[in-house]
Amino acid sequence: MTTEVHVHHPNYVKIWAILVALLIVSVLGSMSHIREVVLIAAFGVALAKAYMVAKNFMHVNIEKRWVPYLLIMCLLFIAILFAGVAPDVMKHSGLHWSKNPADQSAPSAASAAPKNE
Amino acid sequence: MSASVKPIANTRSGTGIPTARLITWWVIASEILIFGGLLASYIMHRIAHPEWSESASHTLTWAGAFNTFVLLTSSLCAVLAYKAADAHDGPKAAKLLRLTALGGLIFLCIKGYEWTLDIREGFVLSSGGFWSFYYTLAGLHGLHVLAGMIIMLMVAADAAKNEELQRVECIGLYWHFVDIVWIFLFPLLYIAR
Repeated sequence: MTTEVHVHHPNYVKIWAILVALLIVSVLGSMSHIREVVLIAAFGVALAKAYMVAKNFMHVNIEKRWVPYLLIMCLLFIAILFAGVAPDVMKHSGLHWSKNPADQSAPSAASAAPKNE
Repeated sequence: MSASVKPIANTRSGTGIPTARLITWWVIASEILIFGGLLASYIMHRIAHPEWSESASHTLTWAGAFNTFVLLTSSLCAVLAYKAADAHDGPKAAKLLRLTALGGLIFLCIKGYEWTLDIREGFVLSSGGFWSFYYTLAGLHGLHVLAGMIIMLMVAADAAKNEELQRVECIGLYWHFVDIVWIFLFPLLYIAR
């Protein structure tokens, strides 16, 4: 037995036009010198565009319920990865740890090493 | 080919979703973990290294923006192909799928031009942390675009004969996912400075 999802096709050209308008907003926003404006224009608009593509082009909203659950679960795994690893990457030391003891015991060598970017 | 002679994997639907589409969702789920892990690594390193902004300022925003436009347009073609397949119009679906693949080709050409300029300026994979992520993320995404194009042309060849039209939706889903990945790569690699 094959179950078909009968899709009501929205006006795809109109959705595409909105996506292109959002792209223009993100490019114009990137020209701003205000950091908050740039970040909202870049990532806020990216989230809106991704949502529109997933909903209107991939039809996630009318797919069987466990499909969005599956996708959300994958995103949660990524969030867990980020939460678990980010402190080690983004901090140099913590309450009972430091990231690179060798650098601290030989500060002259560490400072003499060429910087990576 | 009639449904009665298709392999059972193409016709059964234990979950309420046709098997081909079910597999496509699983592929997309695994791709979320692949790209998500890479993007998460990039974001945490980017926050830890504010000096990467200087490297990011060398990327060509216009090229990234144009490529975003190209992928959005190709996604439109893919979903219109699905609409045509839904109406059992295989030849129209095939034509739209070929247009989608053309969008992928334009995307790769722009990307190749952009990389050529970057490399001529001396920015290669080993030029620093930012460039390692830049080439890895964009390169992996480019490979997905290439794979999608090849599969799309194969699906289009069958669709032109009004065969295996259910595959049009599956390759469309994959293509939209590749589009979404680029929607996030564009601000991360080109806009955030």
